[in-house]
Amino acid sequence: MQTRLSSDPHEKSPLQKRRGESTLAVHAGEAHQKVADSITDPIICASTYTFANTQAIIDFIEEKQPREEYGRYGNPGEKVVERKLAELEGGEEALLFSSGMAAIVGLLMTKLNAGDEVVFFDECYHRSREFCSKHLSRYGVVTRQVKACDYDAMEAVINDRTKLLVSESPTNPHLSIVDLERFAAIGKRKGVETLIDATLATPFNVRPLEYGVDYVLHSATKYLAGHNDLLAGVVIGSKEQMEPVRNLRGIMGAINSAHNIYLLERGIKTFGLRMQQQNATGQAVAEFLANHPRIERVYYPGLESHPYHEVARRTMRGYGGLITFLVKDADWRATANIVDATTIPRIAPSLGGVESLIEQPLVMSYYECTPEDRRRFGIPDNMIRYSCGIENAEDLIADLEQALRA
Amino acid sequence: MKFRTRAIHVGNDRDEQTGAVVPPIHVATTYVQHHAGEWREFDYARSGNPTRKNLEQTLASLESGTAALAFSSGMAATHCVTMLLESGEHIVAGSDIYGGTYRLLHKILNRSGVSVSLTSTVDLDAFERAITPQTKLLWLESPGNPLMSITDLKACVAIAKRHGVLTAVDNTFATPVLTRPLELGIDIVMHSATKYLGGHSDTLGGAIVVADKDLYERLYFIQNATGAVLSPFDSFLMSRGLKTLELRVREQCRTAQRLAEFLDSDSRIQRVLYPGLSNHPGHAIAAQQMDGGFGAMLSFEVAGGFEKTKRVVESTKLFQLAVSLGAVESLIEQPAAMSHASYDAADRLSHGIRDELIRISVGLEDFDDLRADLDQALNA
Repeated sequence: MQTRLSSDPHEKSPLQKRRGESTLAVHAGEAHQKVADSITDPIICASTYTFANTQAIIDFIEEKQPREEYGRYGNPGEKVVERKLAELEGGEEALLFSSGMAAIVGLLMTKLNAGDEVVFFDECYHRSREFCSKHLSRYGVVTRQVKACDYDAMEAVINDRTKLLVSESPTNPHLSIVDLERFAAIGKRKGVETLIDATLATPFNVRPLEYGVDYVLHSATKYLAGHNDLLAGVVIGSKEQMEPVRNLRGIMGAINSAHNIYLLERGIKTFGLRMQQQNATGQAVAEFLANHPRIERVYYPGLESHPYHEVARRTMRGYGGLITFLVKDADWRATANIVDATTIPRIAPSLGGVESLIEQPLVMSYYECTPEDRRRFGIPDNMIRYSCGIENAEDLIADLEQALRA
Repeated sequence: MKFRTRAIHVGNDRDEQTGAVVPPIHVATTYVQHHAGEWREFDYARSGNPTRKNLEQTLASLESGTAALAFSSGMAATHCVTMLLESGEHIVAGSDIYGGTYRLLHKILNRSGVSVSLTSTVDLDAFERAITPQTKLLWLESPGNPLMSITDLKACVAIAKRHGVLTAVDNTFATPVLTRPLELGIDIVMHSATKYLGGHSDTLGGAIVVADKDLYERLYFIQNATGAVLSPFDSFLMSRGLKTLELRVREQCRTAQRLAEFLDSDSRIQRVLYPGLSNHPGHAIAAQQMDGGFGAMLSFEVAGGFEKTKRVVESTKLFQLAVSLGAVESLIEQPAAMSHASYDAADRLSHGIRDELIRISVGLEDFDDLRADLDQALNA
């Protein structure tokens, strides 16, 4: 990295003394002195990059001269954001995709061949599950699911065809917390790579690579970008392990536009502040709900009542802005009435942005599932998922209070 | 709703047509009308644009005003205010003001026959004596730039009432997070929105906010007639920036306070100008006028003269050497050579802007990182 801020990030171990999160969010990955001396990075919209002459092409092919070639293989602005995210995550190499799903698909398709197996903890984003069950299966990849955080069950299904262990942490929407040390150790012991989707945690709260996990993945649409106004995904891992993923992305083409990249870079600048606030607001709203007579149960890792509170406390700096809760003695309609009665959060899927969002998983994501499937996935009719934005916690709590009276 | 909640939601209604949680960016230059001569809400983008209107609604709410106007730069906004005056009329302005404002007041307005007196607002009796029968406007900045002088805005409102003149405050340094001049009786609030409001060093913009509807109509007439409006893309980026305004400003104030205390106790520093220090002459007023923080701009003079000053500003690594302020990145500069170079040299000195003065804009970086950076630069 060519900044005055720190030398090449690959020279030092990510575990060495880091700069503060906010300093990294603002500066990491950026050149100190930029083109035209501008303080912000330019938005480079070029679809292709010109060569001065034939020798320049030959130098590029012989890798004497690292540079851009064609927009699908990368963009200078994208590399800045990739370096920034790699530094925040304490990893060597980050790779951006046009969405979180494109990121996981890109990684799975790179790592898995016909006959291979992948093991998932079963609490996961339903589209990730759908991609494995409906699409990877067509290529002869076998997906095995075991109960979330059941490490013995995970270890038991690993065989010599197993190539990847996958989990979210925290999981969505139950917010179970994976013991990352244990999860990574299974992979190491069995010689299988491990992936954590840490979208809900963010590198502010936990950095899975520090526990020996091979890859960390984010829907950067959420907390990293943070403004509900762009889609992006990212995978971070070692240089060596990421190289084939980058090559496949160049072929598949799920890349970000230059404009999108700039908005992402700009969003990350306030990442530390937003996370600090969302951690605080999440905790306050979760405590309010936990003490409310109309609430049956609150899923939030920052509450002592949460089954994984101990692991969370040990590994996480804060618990994020996402809260899932069950309304006491409410059918789906009574639950929907509460969602509809809130006035600050917008009713929408997604999470992690500055605006609070609210949804009823039954309606938003599992409407077309059979009741048995919903039971299996742990999605009761009276479940609400609330993503705290950065509004004042007092406002969000007052609004929830009136909605619960409605 | 509280300030931060309004920054996120006022002016950002869900898009009725698509449900989009973030309002669309309207780029159209013109709007199709249903009937000749019967104008709908929007006609031509200079006169109004839905994206700019959203931003203006947010700004009006945050400054506790009724209406706002967004401009292509802070200077365009200031110019619009000064165009309320006519030939033969007079402005009294504080002496601790932005160099660009000084230039506009002295080298452009004089061509239209509008005259200006610069007077320190520290001595308000002297300030009041500068008012003449031709005076129509008091132009104030608090904290002032670059000396961080604090102007008692309530007292200025009382003076203005006695003389029947308008008051305008450049609230760029304080931001509505800390000070809302309209609540104190000020007539016009102006911002270089490029700074804290946008907050990311990537958008030029200006804003005017007022409480009085008639005054708004007069200012709108000038803006529409002269055309320095904010573009749709910049309006969008500005609205996006406002959503984190309070978080940014509060964090930046906390860090600035700690840096000021660090510098104040350091023998390599001659003096520190920061309203959050109890030794600052405006501290007591600032404590009343600024809500929970003293801003994130501070100036200091280094022991060792001009050469040493130059070495210090050129030796920082996190603080980047550049004009402007208020963004996520920390900046450092030497006002005499940079932000206030457009002052006449004699005026600059008489207003206390010495060559040894360094001004810093504290960004979002961690305090420890910034302190260490200043510490090493001061040894340069």
